[in-house]
Amino acid sequence: MSALVQEAASTLTSPSLLRFFTCGSVDDGKSTLIGRLLYDSKSVFEDQLGTLDKDSKKFGTQGENLDFALLVDGLSAEREQGITIDVAYRYFSTPRRSFIVADTPGHEQYTRNMATGASTADLAVILIDARKGILPQTRRHSFIVSMLRVRRVVLAINKMDLVGYAQDVFERIIAEYRVAAAGLGFATIECVPISARDGDNVTARSSNMPWYNGPVLLDYLETVDVSAGSAADGAFRLPVQWVNRPNLDFRGFAGTIVSGVVRRGDEIVAQPSGRRSRVARIVTQDGDLEEAGAEQAVTLTLADEVDVSRGDVIVAANDRIAPRRQVKAHLIWMVEQPEGAGRDYVVKLATASANATISALHHAIDIHTFEPKKAEALRMNEIGLATLSFDKPLVTTDYAENRDLGGFILIDKFTNMTAGIGMIDSRANVLLSTAPVVDETLSQRIERLRVGFAHRRGEPGSLRRHHFNKTASWRAVSGLLIFAIALLATGHFGAALAVAVLDLLLRPWLRSAHERFWKKSAPDSDGLDSGAGI
Amino acid sequence: MIRLTHLQKLEAESIHVFREVVATCENPVMLWSIGKDSAVLLHLALKAFYPAKLPFPLLHVDTTWKFREMIEFRDRRAKELGFDLLVHINQEGVRAGVNPFDSGSRLHTDVMKTQGLKQALDQRKFDAAFGGARRDEEKSRAKERVFSLRSAEHRWDPKNQRPEPWRLYNTRKRPGESFRVFPISNWTEADVWDYIALENIEVVPLYFAKERPVVERDGALIMRDDERMKLLPGEIVQQRMVRFRTLGCYPLTGAVESHAATLPEIIAEMRGSRSSERQGRVIDHDGSGSMEQKKQEGYF
Repeated sequence: MSALVQEAASTLTSPSLLRFFTCGSVDDGKSTLIGRLLYDSKSVFEDQLGTLDKDSKKFGTQGENLDFALLVDGLSAEREQGITIDVAYRYFSTPRRSFIVADTPGHEQYTRNMATGASTADLAVILIDARKGILPQTRRHSFIVSMLRVRRVVLAINKMDLVGYAQDVFERIIAEYRVAAAGLGFATIECVPISARDGDNVTARSSNMPWYNGPVLLDYLETVDVSAGSAADGAFRLPVQWVNRPNLDFRGFAGTIVSGVVRRGDEIVAQPSGRRSRVARIVTQDGDLEEAGAEQAVTLTLADEVDVSRGDVIVAANDRIAPRRQVKAHLIWMVEQPEGAGRDYVVKLATASANATISALHHAIDIHTFEPKKAEALRMNEIGLATLSFDKPLVTTDYAENRDLGGFILIDKFTNMTAGIGMIDSRANVLLSTAPVVDETLSQRIERLRVGFAHRRGEPGSLRRHHFNKTASWRAVSGLLIFAIALLATGHFGAALAVAVLDLLLRPWLRSAHERFWKKSAPDSDGLDSGAGI
Repeated sequence: MIRLTHLQKLEAESIHVFREVVATCENPVMLWSIGKDSAVLLHLALKAFYPAKLPFPLLHVDTTWKFREMIEFRDRRAKELGFDLLVHINQEGVRAGVNPFDSGSRLHTDVMKTQGLKQALDQRKFDAAFGGARRDEEKSRAKERVFSLRSAEHRWDPKNQRPEPWRLYNTRKRPGESFRVFPISNWTEADVWDYIALENIEVVPLYFAKERPVVERDGALIMRDDERMKLLPGEIVQQRMVRFRTLGCYPLTGAVESHAATLPEIIAEMRGSRSSERQGRVIDHDGSGSMEQKKQEGYF
């Protein structure tokens, strides 16, 4: 294998591949930026420029100049309306790297397309118009980027020419963004001041911004290391895609390795059956391999006759991954038909399929405040947290651990449309429970209460934890007061203690009952948790 | 840790797509246009299912105007590799006398290619057809999915495409509906040539420069492959060193002047080139939305 890699690397000029995607608000110049990258890396040809020249005059917004955005807005409707509707994939390469770019739409009604573009990306380029600074859209996009676990972000502050290349504008936006992005879990945030239209700091250093010492955008994209924390590091896992049985003597399990490395002779377990065996051969047309790793499409044969079929996952013998019938997951809704608890779907996760029911929709996320809110259903482009039940056990992990075994699609059984995409998160806090989980066991109920309590308590150092501590100490102080009054009134230590304990226990319950009573007649529930009722 | 190169990643992704179709569709077929993209597609398919034989047939929609060298190559490769080859010609079109000279490129392509393809898919009830289209070829292709759902009438609806997050493809469809599947969606022209060189894949000799009889017509160099091409007044057949960047019907495929007669020379020439491979395609130049429209009508 390694000989093959070396041979390939020496033959080719582009040894590595970076997948990134661009997002930003309407008119931030995403398409212009990609057009600029394609043009400067000579990935645009003269005849395409001829078409561009014609289109620029017809639809362009740059007067007599070439409108690079028209290079990438592919559909007729998009060129007419001057907006990007669908994800477009673009390709360019430099001597150092090959790039696959997903150009995703900025409008709120295309959140779903943005999530699709982000799902395969190693890195996100978020565009900001220097004149406008951080917009609600910027926060929303950053939130989705974080949700899809794209952990490297480039903040491209565009249209610097329109703010006089001012350093303080750049610095102010960066400072504001760092506050906005705190808690989103990004590994790196690289900020570059650019002018996509003129090419400043895109492929060449700008003489207009001598104060900027950081990397030029393309240099950064060419050199950034995205391998850390990737699937290659994890335990060996291979979702079986197809069983290759050309004759009675050969039974191969074909699929794409989603994490880790497998070597000939390794002990493995087939999940969900739990049967053990050893890897006999790693078969490819170019000869058997000694070892294979993440992202390789291989065919394994096993030492024993083990019944394995499509949808099963072959894992390393010491891997503790277990099949699950019920998962908690963040959903992004993709179709106009709203989702509500109780509807039936087909789930497709890695190579496995099952019938799935949304047993509870815990909350939707308010896309402006990122606070959870109560929801009866998810509408198109909305995000929420749900518990799903499958009609058979599926081998899954959390999405944060592995995209392939933690990401899934939900297919509407009647229309066959991909109705939603989901990311499993077993540690997600159930902030508001609109309906109890169907067939909840005692341990699940305890878990739900524990998670609810943990959420109310908040993270150490957070505002929520501060409120929690304040309320708790207030309860202790007032309990002590009641005890003192009761002791004075009755003169009986035991009775006073009983009164104080009763107050301590009953008052939160009374208060929450009281809250519920008033909430019913409230004009509009904001869904915020006041932190009371502990 | 095993680090994969750019081409190894693309190869693995394509193999994954091939296997997904065979695992989930009932009656797939591979469209074989005999060009370089098809050569790569075939090579990847053989890898995906090794050691099994190809679990689907290959289909060539013959417009009767392909280069003779393409047809020779087709028949020889089918024999050498031992796969199941289906050739379909739209006989209605032949009877109606449709040809690229008198009918015009648009009608010829529609009848002999698009309608011919639909006939072949309908006759054998194929529910998935692999094609070698790439997203870098043309703007509307850039927005097409890997699994492109077509109605029972083979129409493509660009506004109603299914999202394809991660490696997940929704392969459910109603009876009568079908998929066009593009395993090399994410490859570029450069990737295709690099891979052909790396894997030593045989391609039609028309890609290599050679002295060929060409006629200059409407700014394009058209190779006069047989007597059916009538010379217009003032036209002369010249022997020139030319090659082709894409292959199709010979009257609709422009040659480029070139001395690149080997793979390394072709790759060097392509890297230095400032025009796209589809430049030679006469049918693409009916306005920048024309590919999108043809695709909606059922073109690949």
